Amino acid sequence: MTEPENTIKVVLVDDHALFRSGVRAELDRAVPDVSVVGEAGSVDEAVAAIRHLRPDVVLLDVHMPDGGGAEVLRQLRPELPDVVFLALSVSDAAEDVIAVIRAGARGYVTKTISGRELADAVRRVHGGDPVFSPRLAGFVLDVFSQKPGAAPPGDPELDLLTRRERDVLRLLARGYAYKEIAGELFISVKTVETHVSSVLRKTQLSNRYELSRWASDRRLV
Amino acid sequence: MNTPTPPLVRRRSGRIVAGVAGGVADHLGVPVTWVRAAFIALGAMWWAGALAYGLLWVFVRQESAEVTRATPRRERQQALGLAALGVAGALVAAALGNDLVGWIAGPLGVAAVGAALVWREADEGQRRRWTRTGGRTALWRTVAGALFVAAGIAVFLFGQLQLGQVQFALLAVLATLVGVGVLTVPWWVRLVRELTEERRERIVETERAEIAAHLHDSVLQTLALIQRQSDQPREVARLARGQERELRTWLYGAGGYGIPASDAGLTAALAAAAAEVEDTYAVTVAPVVVGGDRPLDEHLRALVLAGREAMVNAAKHAGVAEVSVYCEVEDDEVNLFVRDRGSGFDPADVPDDRHGLADSVHGRMDRHGGTVRLRSTPGEGTEVHLAMRARTHEEAAT
Repeated sequence: MTEPENTIKVVLVDDHALFRSGVRAELDRAVPDVSVVGEAGSVDEAVAAIRHLRPDVVLLDVHMPDGGGAEVLRQLRPELPDVVFLALSVSDAAEDVIAVIRAGARGYVTKTISGRELADAVRRVHGGDPVFSPRLAGFVLDVFSQKPGAAPPGDPELDLLTRRERDVLRLLARGYAYKEIAGELFISVKTVETHVSSVLRKTQLSNRYELSRWASDRRLV
Repeated sequence: MNTPTPPLVRRRSGRIVAGVAGGVADHLGVPVTWVRAAFIALGAMWWAGALAYGLLWVFVRQESAEVTRATPRRERQQALGLAALGVAGALVAAALGNDLVGWIAGPLGVAAVGAALVWREADEGQRRRWTRTGGRTALWRTVAGALFVAAGIAVFLFGQLQLGQVQFALLAVLATLVGVGVLTVPWWVRLVRELTEERRERIVETERAEIAAHLHDSVLQTLALIQRQSDQPREVARLARGQERELRTWLYGAGGYGIPASDAGLTAALAAAAAEVEDTYAVTVAPVVVGGDRPLDEHLRALVLAGREAMVNAAKHAGVAEVSVYCEVEDDEVNLFVRDRGSGFDPADVPDDRHGLADSVHGRMDRHGGTVRLRSTPGEGTEVHLAMRARTHEEAAT
């Protein structure tokens, strides 16, 4: 994964120009195999730019005026299934982040991430692997926690995590890297990625009822 | 009297009926009992006292809510006695006197009582209460008052006029009322809409001011500080980290934006411990809590303190910029993991004089029935796993 065959084209979507230029500078300077080909500051700009530029990866802000990252995903996901979206958020509101993940983002990292880690995350989502930060792993565990008295699962197959998936998520939330999780659980890194992928799929497909209930329980909505 | 004469206002506190007598007494500088007695005496003469009282009630404004005065029990009883005496005297006068007093004291008296009820309800001081709590009693009182007025007027009219005329008059009055009501509907609607709009604007304005005040107190101050200390990267990072955490809590925290978190539960305690370590040792400590919150008891407090010590150890000895904290709250157990990717150490090599781990972590957890598992590999970092059995409420009570 370290030797790039060709550069990964990235479009940055964030309503803060200062933040965009910061990320661009950091990616361009430190990472030869990732190049920022475009920027957008609003949902409409983002939709137009992504349609036009066809990037490999979109770094997508969660909070934007007129709809936010989830709106961009809603408009472009069906049309451009090959473009990979990575949520890059300063928000700590689980409900925002989960909303973007549900809309089809392949990962979520916070804005305090270093340039090197961000480039690594871009490479990983481009390679097809989901990227979870510990915090997102915590959010997802909470969404799927089967507490007594919680809403009944709509579709058991989708709404329940297997024990292995739960173990993987727990270790992610504890701050382990995929490689460390593999060592801890005596499985291959590929298997870890498969588990995380299926968690991501379940997050995107699990019923809305339970999520909204979970969010309102926590006074998030 | 050298002091200037106070303006004529009705008393708000310490009033018996509407505070008119007290207000007049304040204004004239005479004992309130004299004023009351004067009203009673006038009341016996064709209800003139009552009429004067009523007019003053309607036209004199009430004093501000800040003024408070106590009414002695004796004065209150005395005033009520005087009021009863006045009513009785007026009735006696009516019974003895001519027709005029008779019909005023009869139906119009009932109407006056009804009007008094409605006015009292619409009174400045009462109106506020009306919109909030106890709205039902106020409503009933108003309705009862209106019925009194209607009944009084109706009886009065029936007594004075022929039935045919009454029918006609009632119809005419009804038609006029309906007409006026219909004609003024747009005006009412506009009034209500304008009031709603104004209220909404005021709320938005208050909220804007609150946000501005918060940003001024927090972010702007920190940015000013950062500009002055831009040559000290460590200090700048510390300030920025602290400010980010504070603003984040304010925006997305447990209580939602602007609302301080009400309960100081496990989550809040952990966040506070992480924040302290962040500020003291200039490392990022990122706590993730799963499974909801739980009120702190002494065992969980010990868990948080032990966890804090583990964070301090990681911050001091691991030589890393970030420490992960993960807390999982289950029904019967709370697990806390503190992990760094730092230098690591061999637990067997820790000298005996190092108290941090032995006392603060192991000792605390042992005393409260918890367990500690320590995993450290030189070069790969350290993880401290603290587990505490969670007590149910019944167990905690015994």
